[in-house]
Amino acid sequence: MSAIPHPKYEPKTKIEKWIESRLPIIGLIHGTLMIPTPKNLNWMWIWGIVLAAFLVVQLATGIVLAMHYTPHADMAFASVEHIMRDVNGGWLLRYAHANGASMFFIAVYMHIFRGLYYGSYKNPREITWIIGILIYLAMMATAFMGYVLPWGQMSFWGATVITNLFSAVPFVGGDIVSFLWGGFSVDNPTLNRFFSLHYLLPFVIAALVAVHIWAFHSTGNNNPAGVPVRTKNMGEVNKDTVSFWPYYVIKDLFALALFLIFFVVMVFFMPNFMGHPDNYLEANPLVTPAHIVPEWYFLPFYAILRAFTGDVWIVQLTSFITGGIVDAKLFGVLAMFGAIIAMALAPWLDTSRIISGRYRPRFKWWFWLLVVDFFVLMWVGAMPAEEPFATISLIASAYWFAYFFVILPLLGFTEKPNRLPESIEADFDAKIAAKYAKKADAAAVQPAE
Amino acid sequence: MSDTVTHDDASRRDFLYIATGAAGVVATGAAVWPLVDQMNPSADVLALATVEVDISAVEPGTQITVKWRGKPVFIRHRTDEEIAAARDVDPGSLPDNDARNANRPAGTPGDDADRSADPDGKWLVMMGVCTHLGCVPIGDAAGEFGGWFCPCHGSHYDTAGRIRKGPAPQNLPVPEIAVDGSTITLVEEYKA
Repeated sequence: MSAIPHPKYEPKTKIEKWIESRLPIIGLIHGTLMIPTPKNLNWMWIWGIVLAAFLVVQLATGIVLAMHYTPHADMAFASVEHIMRDVNGGWLLRYAHANGASMFFIAVYMHIFRGLYYGSYKNPREITWIIGILIYLAMMATAFMGYVLPWGQMSFWGATVITNLFSAVPFVGGDIVSFLWGGFSVDNPTLNRFFSLHYLLPFVIAALVAVHIWAFHSTGNNNPAGVPVRTKNMGEVNKDTVSFWPYYVIKDLFALALFLIFFVVMVFFMPNFMGHPDNYLEANPLVTPAHIVPEWYFLPFYAILRAFTGDVWIVQLTSFITGGIVDAKLFGVLAMFGAIIAMALAPWLDTSRIISGRYRPRFKWWFWLLVVDFFVLMWVGAMPAEEPFATISLIASAYWFAYFFVILPLLGFTEKPNRLPESIEADFDAKIAAKYAKKADAAAVQPAE
Repeated sequence: MSDTVTHDDASRRDFLYIATGAAGVVATGAAVWPLVDQMNPSADVLALATVEVDISAVEPGTQITVKWRGKPVFIRHRTDEEIAAARDVDPGSLPDNDARNANRPAGTPGDDADRSADPDGKWLVMMGVCTHLGCVPIGDAAGEFGGWFCPCHGSHYDTAGRIRKGPAPQNLPVPEIAVDGSTITLVEEYKA
């Protein structure tokens, strides 16, 4: 399964042999768990396990919540209150599910930016990256539809605004929206189908996750140095890697335990911190809340959607060139989806052959500016659509696109990278040596006190 | 002539191959279509009744909101100032110079007279759904043009419900209506 040579599983007992000759599942599990993993992975390599764990948390809490929830426009809101007040431990299940979604997105953003910094998207891991983007899109669809289910004001109006995005499609937009709604507005048919899809999509995500893992197990993990595992012989492999079990499993579980502490603090002490008070008002199709805000994890892309209004020159130019087919509304929608597609295209937009950003002195600055940009977009996405936020969101959106379509392609030609370590082993040894040198220094200073 | 026979054989196989594939595609499409079409509005949703509204109690300078087909409809009794403000505008200078009135031929320019429900312009009946992303605009002389203002993304509509500023691309649409004295009927538009 892996490009990195490793000892094959040999069934030893009679029962193992009996099973393995009929279904080689023990070998598959063994190969997955025992995979040689670069031994220099740092703490940014824990988010995959956190994500897997939260997929399980969301599936488990979601399935039991569905046993008490009623997907009907007249009863959904009350059934959520029924879960909160009457169902045994219902409040815990619902708060865990709602905050679990936020934890899931914190982890996925850490995971994505880890990949962007350490070049995990680059040759040979492009397919792993693309599948990752698909998982992210499926997560967004699932989270959006899940937020509609409580049928509060934010649920209803969030659903209205987001489904209306499709009305921007030229010529058939209106038909698409009415198709999505199953009517002339967001109503009971919409709620029903969202519930059905909200239940379905997590299983699609689970399947994509399996393919995601399969893909990077085939190429081998990336690592902070970006240099590949040496594969000439087992001796080299053993110098560059350690077995996933038990070394990384224990490390990842430790990190997961810390993250779960953060999670339960949110669930028990500030369960509504990430939510909106307006969603405790039942949906009312005749009154829009004064300030509609999506969940925090959508804000950066929501800001990009709103940034391109009709008075921006590039919008006017596009409208002129396309004879008015691409108006401001469609432009905003295209920009929002384009911002995610830009990430998906990163493997081909980045022209540098150096994988890890650690050895790219200029890239680092642009990368950290992108991180800042992400938070700026998140901030303006939550602000009303007026000055100075409109201008800030326009500049921040422009940087997002510039990073992927201008900076990444040009940097590969203009930047002089630092010297790469000879191997993962060399990188690892240098790190250990530096750590002990520091300790020795500290020890040398102490007697002087 | 064995060559020819082989060739004939191949083309016969090609034909069968393509025919089988085509039949398979058609059958799959026919099987999938009901699964897709069930998403479209169902018969009971389409068969929504006509709504009659008594407007005799609506004073000048006020408006009522009626729910029709799941969406709000604004019915405003405009003041003389509002009418004057709406009729004072050169339609050619509007972002969307189209009446967007289901009671007029498509493409009618956006004059106020072609948007109001009566020739005097006292009554304005239109969908209360922002043409940007579907929020309900705030009324009663809201926004920079004294008409409506959508709080979601900052679209300003004038006293004739025409878009003047902001991201919305179109004027608020006027539904098909029948006016009879003090009764306005919102006509059901049955699309099957």
